[in-house]
Amino acid sequence: MGFIEKISSIHLDILKEIGNIGAGHAATALSKLLNKKIDMKVPNVQIVSFDEMMNMAGGAENVVAGVFLRIEGEAPGSMFFVLPVEQATSFIREMIGDESFSLESPPYSEIGLSALQELGNILSGSYLSSLSDFTNLSLYPSVPALSIDMVGAIISYGLIELSHVSDYAIVIDTALNEDEDESAEYVKGHFFLLPDPDSFQIIFKSLGVPHND
Amino acid sequence: MIESKTIIKVGIADMNIVKTPDIIRTSGLGSCVGVVIYDQTREIAGLAHVMLPDSSLAKSGVLNIAKYADTAVKDLVSKLIRHGARANFLKAKIAGGAQMFQFSGGSDMMRIGPRNVEAVKLELAALNIAIVAADVGGNSGRTIEFNPQNCILHIRTVNKGIQEL
Repeated sequence: MGFIEKISSIHLDILKEIGNIGAGHAATALSKLLNKKIDMKVPNVQIVSFDEMMNMAGGAENVVAGVFLRIEGEAPGSMFFVLPVEQATSFIREMIGDESFSLESPPYSEIGLSALQELGNILSGSYLSSLSDFTNLSLYPSVPALSIDMVGAIISYGLIELSHVSDYAIVIDTALNEDEDESAEYVKGHFFLLPDPDSFQIIFKSLGVPHND
Repeated sequence: MIESKTIIKVGIADMNIVKTPDIIRTSGLGSCVGVVIYDQTREIAGLAHVMLPDSSLAKSGVLNIAKYADTAVKDLVSKLIRHGARANFLKAKIAGGAQMFQFSGGSDMMRIGPRNVEAVKLELAALNIAIVAADVGGNSGRTIEFNPQNCILHIRTVNKGIQEL
């Protein structure tokens, strides 16, 4: 019946490794870009309901800066890079060298938004290219789109494709932290990778693990 | 006097009904549409958080009726009537259906917000339910809250604060 029932623990382990490799490269890119140490958590792969997914990102009403892109190619899907607003502000300030930049209320400065979009582009690009190398699939990112809004409103967009088939999502979530930060509890950024339903089979097959037994 | 007011939360692709003194809310509507249908004299209201326009889009598995505009509106109305609302007195307020991201090219999937709104309007018209107020489209997320007693819909957006409909 549903594709989710066919997923076994070995499949989840493979997805975890995908998250690990992808986000590892992205974290390195972020670290180079900002010249800072960036910590990465062990990826979390979960089968969650849509509501639970919102909770993973801090609750549907939590305001974040989200970069969204579609993955096109052999294994299509959606990808989000979600940052708390304060964190996004400080990254942007660092990148454009303007301490007065703020995401408190619009209109935001063009260059700041463009910088954030580029940040999302670089990070998701490095995530995807490592994923593409690992699976030998050709994957292309769309131009990233940026939104500063409620998590629920942002992420539900990436769930649309999936929601045609299921009420659950397989989320590959990797959290990033700035190293100097004392409060280890406070997760700074998230990568969410949401492969389209048909893509799971393709990913597993490319790695030599059949999906159907 | 302190009223014991409960806020009933409706998740994504979910629906529920509420009676005075409780209020009902759903958070983080993006391209999804929040449909409130109510009978003011009976002080009863229902809220559905609709995600997709049409249940014929469903590809497999058990159909979640709250997810699709066509099935959710019908089911919400019959639920309300079962709980004492009268069909002729039903009115609706809707919010949501935003376009969160602007993409060049714009495939059909990217236009999901406006399509959801159209589908909800069509379904309400088919059931002869008037839309009293609507705050749809745009490009920001909304959290909505409805009080069946005074039938005011509170809409909160990140940048515009709270608006009443």
